[in-house]
Amino acid sequence: MSFKIVVLAKQVPDTRNVGKDAMKADGTVNRAALSAIYNPEDLNALEQALRLKSKIEGATVHILTMGPARAAEIIRESMYRGADGGFLLSGREFAGSDTLATSYALAAAIRRIGKVDLILCGRQAIDGDTAQVGPQVAEKLGLPQITYAEEILDLSDNKITVKRRLERGVEVVRGPLPMVVTVDGSAPNCRTRHAKLTLKYKHAATPSERQDAGSDYTNLYDTKPYLNITEWGVNDIEHDIQWLGLTGSPTKVKQIENVVFIAKESKRLTANDVEIEDLMKELIANHTIG
Amino acid sequence: MNNIFVYLEIEDGIVGDVSLELLTKGRSLAKQLNCKLEAVAAGFQLDGIGAQVFPYGVEVLHLADDKRLFPYTSLPHTSLLVNLFKEEKPQIALMGATSIGRDLGPRVSSALFSGLTADCTSLEIGTYEDKKAGKVYDNLLYQIRPAFGGNIVATIVNPDCRPQMATVREGVMKKEIKDAKFVGKTHKLDVAKYVADTDFVVEVIERHIEKSKLNIKGSPIIVSGGYGVGSAENFKLLHDLAATLGGEVGASRAAVDAGFSEHERQIGQTGTTVRPKLYIACGISGQIQHIAGMQESAIIIAINNDPKAPINQIADYVITGSVEEVLPKMIKYYKKNSK
Repeated sequence: MSFKIVVLAKQVPDTRNVGKDAMKADGTVNRAALSAIYNPEDLNALEQALRLKSKIEGATVHILTMGPARAAEIIRESMYRGADGGFLLSGREFAGSDTLATSYALAAAIRRIGKVDLILCGRQAIDGDTAQVGPQVAEKLGLPQITYAEEILDLSDNKITVKRRLERGVEVVRGPLPMVVTVDGSAPNCRTRHAKLTLKYKHAATPSERQDAGSDYTNLYDTKPYLNITEWGVNDIEHDIQWLGLTGSPTKVKQIENVVFIAKESKRLTANDVEIEDLMKELIANHTIG
Repeated sequence: MNNIFVYLEIEDGIVGDVSLELLTKGRSLAKQLNCKLEAVAAGFQLDGIGAQVFPYGVEVLHLADDKRLFPYTSLPHTSLLVNLFKEEKPQIALMGATSIGRDLGPRVSSALFSGLTADCTSLEIGTYEDKKAGKVYDNLLYQIRPAFGGNIVATIVNPDCRPQMATVREGVMKKEIKDAKFVGKTHKLDVAKYVADTDFVVEVIERHIEKSKLNIKGSPIIVSGGYGVGSAENFKLLHDLAATLGGEVGASRAAVDAGFSEHERQIGQTGTTVRPKLYIACGISGQIQHIAGMQESAIIIAINNDPKAPINQIADYVITGSVEEVLPKMIKYYKKNSK
């Protein structure tokens, strides 16, 4: 029995560790100053996928990502942790996509992959924090969705049972496969790299990466087909160009501003007893506390 | 036609604060655009909803009352909104940036091919010039939101697609009743016309929704900690101070990510927006996304080892020192001086 799992993942700038040089003088983002990382909640999704793979005989896990050539890094990273392979969707036609155009392209790529039983992805990516792509991919594919999964409790009789983490509680829901499930950051962390797999997939690469690397390893990819990471351009998916990239994005960015806060005049204190006591007296006297 | 719609979140027959806040905002936008404010309630036993929302100036309340619409599941509520919006053609649709709104909004926007902006911190009306196409659009909704981890603020518009959709977190907008006696029209929907039986594919087996025990948003005093607090152990000092002063404990995203504090205590653009009387920031360097969620506090005290921490710029009092040293002294001298 085969059971095909696709994990949607994204390589993102590490917006959580933004230094002072992250913004250029003109107010645009200095991407070069930010390291590119595996979107954290997509790693939670990968972990769920890998757990299912170990439970279900014949299950496979593939990563689908859209991004520039270097985004193949997260496919390799996934393979080091137990994924079977992946697909990189890349091309300038996808540039400028908002969440809707992104979902259109990802949905088209999933159709190209073929019969998929379960699609997992992180709840949201840290560069946009929108949490829109998961549900929009589901809608584009005409599939039901379960968002904010914390744990996949059961998978049987062609149904999936999921514990969801909500703002103010938890819910257990059950629905039919195929299904799109977005995974919450409260789900277990992803396992680390597996030493043997890291060695095995060290040279895994997309065709363009192989070109850039030179021809030293040409034979390698013929004798070890599992090292080939699939790379698709716009012509590899069935599409209508008007739904891609900027034209396929109903939202437009009117303006980007650097955030500037108006500084206040502040009173400077040290930790010495007299100063702290005076502060507390002052706050009590003006009824801020007490 | 062309009105502003707000999707109502309902739990135990009570309309959520986030929806009432959006109604208040929606009403002011409707006034600017010279259109009407309408609301959609989907759920079960909704007789009490009208009385709760009409005072906010809702002129038409669309009611979809059906046992199967509670608890919320994605597909039926999506179909309801998609088909209702196709009939009513709203120009703007707003919903809470909540577990429900962020599940529902994207799906509706995808089905209607209308743009959606998540987590807006401000909504305004204005013009937009598409220089490439040589077109000027009047009266668009400016959907203003932080992006890139809060380092920039983007103004997003949806020039061509309707409705213009946005989600907003609870506490970002203010709620305000317009007229306690106002009563709008109720439009009862024949649910079967909007929602197909096949939409009911996901069943809710168990559900535990807690009324949030925390009331960070409503607390007049907040003692908040960042990564600089150093450990979950040190966070206990914050709890001690908060308990002494009668306040709540908050946390920055970095502190939550590091596991020092629970997610529900997170303050900032991706957490709760707060406006307390007193905000004590402990070991918080002051990332923009945090500052944006607390800058309207009346008095801000920043406690930090780093005299150059960005948060110091917006603080009324800057105490240079360690949390371990300063907090016990604050407790001691509060107790000594208060009656």
